[in-house]
Amino acid sequence: MTSVPLHYYLVVSAALFAIGLAGALTRRNAIIALIGIELMLNAANLNFIAFWRYSPKAEAVTGVMFVLFSIGIAAAEAAVGLALIIAIYRHYRTTNLDEISSMKG
Amino acid sequence: MEVVFFIITVLTLAGAIAAMSLRHLVHCALCLAVAFGGLAAFYLQLNAQFIGFAQILVYIGAVAVLIVFAILLTRGIESAPQPLFSSAWPVGLGVALLVFGSLVFAIQSSSVAQQQAAPSAQATIRTIGSQLMTNFVLPLELIALLLTAALIGAVIIAMQEPSAKSTPMKDHAASAPIPSVPEEQR
Repeated sequence: MTSVPLHYYLVVSAALFAIGLAGALTRRNAIIALIGIELMLNAANLNFIAFWRYSPKAEAVTGVMFVLFSIGIAAAEAAVGLALIIAIYRHYRTTNLDEISSMKG
Repeated sequence: MEVVFFIITVLTLAGAIAAMSLRHLVHCALCLAVAFGGLAAFYLQLNAQFIGFAQILVYIGAVAVLIVFAILLTRGIESAPQPLFSSAWPVGLGVALLVFGSLVFAIQSSSVAQQQAAPSAQATIRTIGSQLMTNFVLPLELIALLLTAALIGAVIIAMQEPSAKSTPMKDHAASAPIPSVPEEQR
């Protein structure tokens, strides 16, 4: 069905990971940094699915199961991360990561 | 097939780049939804239908909407006059390019990447369900526990404002029993 070689998917996943990493490292807004982390997680998921599809033992659906659990963990991570951002916003009145530099309460 | 692959690639990567570089935060969240949709199309193209639809439901339906809610709650709408990127942005960009370069080098030089697709790789709902109930039953229970803990934790973290506000108000009421301001203005 698919005639696209495996390394195309791997390069796309690497590009997605690099974009997410660049965003998480350079943007000043905490929500955008969280979006970058989500993109990196999704790049890993794409790798899992591609390796599963091109593996010689595809009848063991290990890659698919891993992505299923990864999606669940990413949903929990997004919920807790956004709750943290909202709590920080209430405290500091900003979501700018450069201004949130102290750990004091 | 390659044409479809390149169309989805362009859509996904353009959505991701736009989500990371636009100034308006709501636009960022919508471009993120486009990138998630492209990834779901990748999963469908790779014969993982269940994961593709789970991606649409969880990421576009829940995570992207949650991010939009967070943006609205933190008043990200107002366009900030301050610069978009942090002061150390060349370092971050350099690190990302370095990671991308080393990943591409590793992919090009490995022998795994030359593998052909398995002829009949299928992840049917029946297989996934039976695997979840046999080999993966412990991770399933663990993720149920994790989701419950995350739900309670998110509520507690986001709820701390009323208790923090009520304590100084109680102190204020105790120290000044006769308020000089009317009740409506406080």
